[in-house]
Amino acid sequence: MTQVDRNSAKLPLGGLLKGMKVTIKAMVTRVHTVQYPVVKETPVPRARGVIALDPEACTVCMLCARECPDWCIYIEGHKQEIPPDKEGGRVRTRSTLDRFDIDYALCMYCGICVEVCPFDALFWSPDYEYSEFSISDLLHDKERLTDWLETVPTPPALEGA
Amino acid sequence: MTVMDPLVAMHRAEAAVSVELETPGMTLNIGPQHPSTHGVLRLVAQVDGERVTQVQPVIGYMHRGYEKLAEVRTYAQITTLVNRIDWVSGFANEIPYIRAVEKLAGIEPTPRAQFIRLILTELARISSHLVFMSSYPLELGAPTPLMHALRERERVLDLIESVTGGRFHPNFNRVGGVKPAAGGGSSTKKQTQDLPQGFLQGTRAAMGEVGAVCDDLEELVTGNELIQARTIGVGVIPADVALSYGMSGGNLRASGVDFDLRKHEDILPYADLDFDIPLGRNGDCYDRYVVRLQEIRQAARIVQQAIDGLPSGPLQAKVPRILKVPAGEIYVRAENPKGEMGYYVISQGGKVPYRVKIRSASFSNLSILPWVLEGALVPDLVAIMGSLDFVLGDVDR
Amino acid sequence: MNFWLELLLKLALILAVMLPGALVVIFGELKISAHMQSRIGPYFAGGRYGWAQPLADGLKFMQKEDLVPAAADSMVFRLAPYIVLMGTLATYVIIPFGPDLVVENLDLGLFYLLAVSSLTTLGVLMAGWSSGNKYSMIGGLRAAAQLIAYELPLVLAAVAVAVQAGTLSLNGIVASQAETVFTIGGFDVALPFVLKGQIIGFLIFVTAGLAELSRIPFDMPIAESELTMGYLTEYSGLRFTMFFLGEYAGMVAMAAIVSTLFLGGYYLPFVDADLLNVVGPLVLVAKVGLMCFLFIWIRWTFPRLREDQLQTLAWRWLIPAALVNIMLTGIAKVVL
Repeated sequence: MTQVDRNSAKLPLGGLLKGMKVTIKAMVTRVHTVQYPVVKETPVPRARGVIALDPEACTVCMLCARECPDWCIYIEGHKQEIPPDKEGGRVRTRSTLDRFDIDYALCMYCGICVEVCPFDALFWSPDYEYSEFSISDLLHDKERLTDWLETVPTPPALEGA
Repeated sequence: MTVMDPLVAMHRAEAAVSVELETPGMTLNIGPQHPSTHGVLRLVAQVDGERVTQVQPVIGYMHRGYEKLAEVRTYAQITTLVNRIDWVSGFANEIPYIRAVEKLAGIEPTPRAQFIRLILTELARISSHLVFMSSYPLELGAPTPLMHALRERERVLDLIESVTGGRFHPNFNRVGGVKPAAGGGSSTKKQTQDLPQGFLQGTRAAMGEVGAVCDDLEELVTGNELIQARTIGVGVIPADVALSYGMSGGNLRASGVDFDLRKHEDILPYADLDFDIPLGRNGDCYDRYVVRLQEIRQAARIVQQAIDGLPSGPLQAKVPRILKVPAGEIYVRAENPKGEMGYYVISQGGKVPYRVKIRSASFSNLSILPWVLEGALVPDLVAIMGSLDFVLGDVDR
Repeated sequence: MNFWLELLLKLALILAVMLPGALVVIFGELKISAHMQSRIGPYFAGGRYGWAQPLADGLKFMQKEDLVPAAADSMVFRLAPYIVLMGTLATYVIIPFGPDLVVENLDLGLFYLLAVSSLTTLGVLMAGWSSGNKYSMIGGLRAAAQLIAYELPLVLAAVAVAVQAGTLSLNGIVASQAETVFTIGGFDVALPFVLKGQIIGFLIFVTAGLAELSRIPFDMPIAESELTMGYLTEYSGLRFTMFFLGEYAGMVAMAAIVSTLFLGGYYLPFVDADLLNVVGPLVLVAKVGLMCFLFIWIRWTFPRLREDQLQTLAWRWLIPAALVNIMLTGIAKVVL
C-alpha cells in the first residue's frame, strides 16, 4: 500500500508552463489519427466485423439460431429426396438451405453462432463497411452472407507456435 | 381558472415585491441530456445562486433489464449480456460472473486461462481508467488530456481486440476457461483462440507507452495549478461516510480505506503477483484522480509480471457440451475498475439460472451524490460527479 | 467627400478586415487544437488542409433554422447577437495599422476602447436573460460578474501604459514605443512597452483580456460541461454564427490591442514612416497572429477556473498588482 502525494510544482505557476510544454510538444509531433475514407486501418484478423456463411457446409441444424442470445438468425430449409445412385439403391434425404438471414440491426456480435456451428459453415470476417441508410437493409440474406466469405482472413499465428 | 382583475394582480405583485425580497432559489434540472452526466443521469438540484442546496438523482433512464433477461438465457449467453453492463471495461465484467458459474458448477478453470483472464482484466482496467483520465479534465474544462489519454487507450483496446475479437465487448470467457478452438468441423479456416503471435511483445511495448502517457498526464493535469485549485478540498468524502454508503474501488481508496478485492478474493491468481494499492489521504476529487492515475501504473506493472509468469497448457477445462449447473446459490465479487462488482447467481439445476442479481459498483458510488453535493457550487457539482467515475450502464443495468 | 459615403467606406473597410481575420483565426484554432491533440483536424473542405472549413461551417449555420424559444423574450433575444457583434466591431475603429492607416485616430482612443469593449458583455447578459433558460441565465449572470472582476485590472493595466506613453491616443502610444531608447553601434534601438518596464502590466492585461474574451481558463459564462453552452444554449443558425464570429473577431481585436499597447503595434525598426504605411499592417498582423496563437495555446492546455476563484484572482492579486504597477510607472516617469 502506498499513499499518494500531492505533486507540487517547484516554482509558482510552473505546473501551467509544464502543461503548455506538453501541448506544444504534441503539436509538433506526428498525429496519431488517420482520415478514414482516405486512409483505412486494417482491423486485426480476429476482429468481429461481419459473419460469413458457407451454404455448402450448412446442414440446417438450427443450432446457431437456437443459441443466438437475441435470436437474430432466421433459417428455413426443407428435406430433399436424392434419387439413388444406382438402380435399386436407397432414396436418401438431404436438408437443403432455403433461407439464412442474419439481422445485423439486432446482432450483438457475440460470436456464439460461429462457435457452436458443428459443420464450419459460419466464419467471422473483420470487414465492417456495410452501414445502410435504411435499417431493413441490415438484414443480410443467404447470398449476401455468402459474399462475405472471401473476406475471411487466415487465422493469425499463435504465440509460442 | 378564474381571471384576476389586472389592477388587483398588479397591486398584489407590487406588494409582494416590496414586502419580501428574499430569493427562494430555483430548481435546476440537470440531465438526462447534459454534457457531463456520463449518459442519461438526471439530477434535480435546488440551487441558490450558484450554490446547490439539495440534489436528488433520478436514475433508470438506461435500464435494460439485464437481470430479467438473464433468467431466460443459458449460462453461455449471459456472458454476452454482462460485458455490456459497464461498457468501458467490458472484459472485467465477465470475470465475477463466469467465476460464480464455475464455482457453482464445480469446474476449475485451467491456469493458463486464469492468467489470460488476469492480463485482459488489467488491460480493461487501464482502458477504463484512461477514459476517466480523458473525461475528467474535460469536465473541468481542459479538452486536450482527452485525446492524449484516448490515444493510449486505443492501443490497449487494439490489444484486447487482437486476442478476443472485440474492443468493448470481448465475450471471451467460457465456463472452464477462455474461448476454445472454435468449431468441431474439418475446415481449417476457423481460428483457435489462444493468444495471437506478437501479443505478449506488443503488450510489453504498450505498457511502456501507457507509462509515458501517465507522465504526460502528470505534467498536463496533475501538476496543473488550475486543476489543483478546482479539485483539492472539493467533494471531500471521509472514510466512514464512504463506507456507510457502500462505496468501493478507487473512490473508497481515495478516502484512505485499504480495500482492494484483488488482495482479498482469490478468483484470479493475483496472489502470485507483486503490486501496490495506491491510497489517498483526504478523499477529495484530487485524491480520487491521483489514485486512479497510480492504479494505471500499477496495472501496467501487474501485466508485465503476469506475462512473465504466463503458464502453458490448455485453455479450457473439461466441460460437458450442454452445461447444467447443479442447484445452489453463490455470490462472487471482484475488483472492477469502478469498484466492487458482484453476481449473486441462483441455480435450480437447469440450463438457465433461476436468478442473477448484479451488484454494480457505480450504483453504490453514485448513491453518495445527495450527501456530497449538498452545499457545493454548480461548477463543483460537475467536478465531484466526474470524480466519482460512474458509468450509467453500470448504474441502471 | 460626402460624409455618408465616407462612413460607408470605412464600415466596409472594417468588415473587410474583421471577417477574414475571424475566419483565419477560427481555422487556426481548428487546426492547432487538432494537432495539439494528435488529431488531423479539418481535412476535406476546400481540398487542401481543409482550409475552407470555417466557410463551410458558416454556410451550414446559415441553412439552419433560426429558433426562438417560446419562453424567450423574443425582441431582446433577437437583438443580443447584434450588440455583441457591434461591440466588437467598434473596437476595430481605432486600431492603427500604420501611421496613417487608422479609421479614426481619436485623442481619447484608449478610453473609447475600454468603454466599447465592455459592450459585448451587455449583449451576453441580454442573451442569457432573454433565452428563458436557466442555464443561459446563469451563464449571463456569470458574464456580468466576470465583467466586474476583470474590467478593473484591464483598465488599470492600460492606465500604466497611458502614463508611460503620456497619451491616450493609440497612434501616440505606438509612436512612443518607436522612440529611441539607446544606440548601439549607430543603430537606434526602440523597445516596445513590454520590454520597457510594463511586463507586469502585460501579464495582467493578457489575463484580464482572456477573461473578457470568455476563453478558457475563464470561459465560465459558456462552460460547456456545466451550463451546456451558457448563454449560447438556445441560439442556432445565423444568430449563433454572429456570436461565434463576434467571439473570434473579439479575439483578433484583443490581440491587436495587446500588440498596440505592449508589443509596439505596427512599428518596425529601421523603416521610415512612409514605408510603415505599407509594412505596418503586416507587422501588426504578425503580432496579432502571435498573440492569437498564445490564446489558442492557453485555451487547449488549461482547465476552467471557478467563478469565485476568478473573483479572488482579480481582487486579491491582479488589482493590487496593477495598482503597484501604476505607482512604479509613475515613479519611473517622474525620476527618469
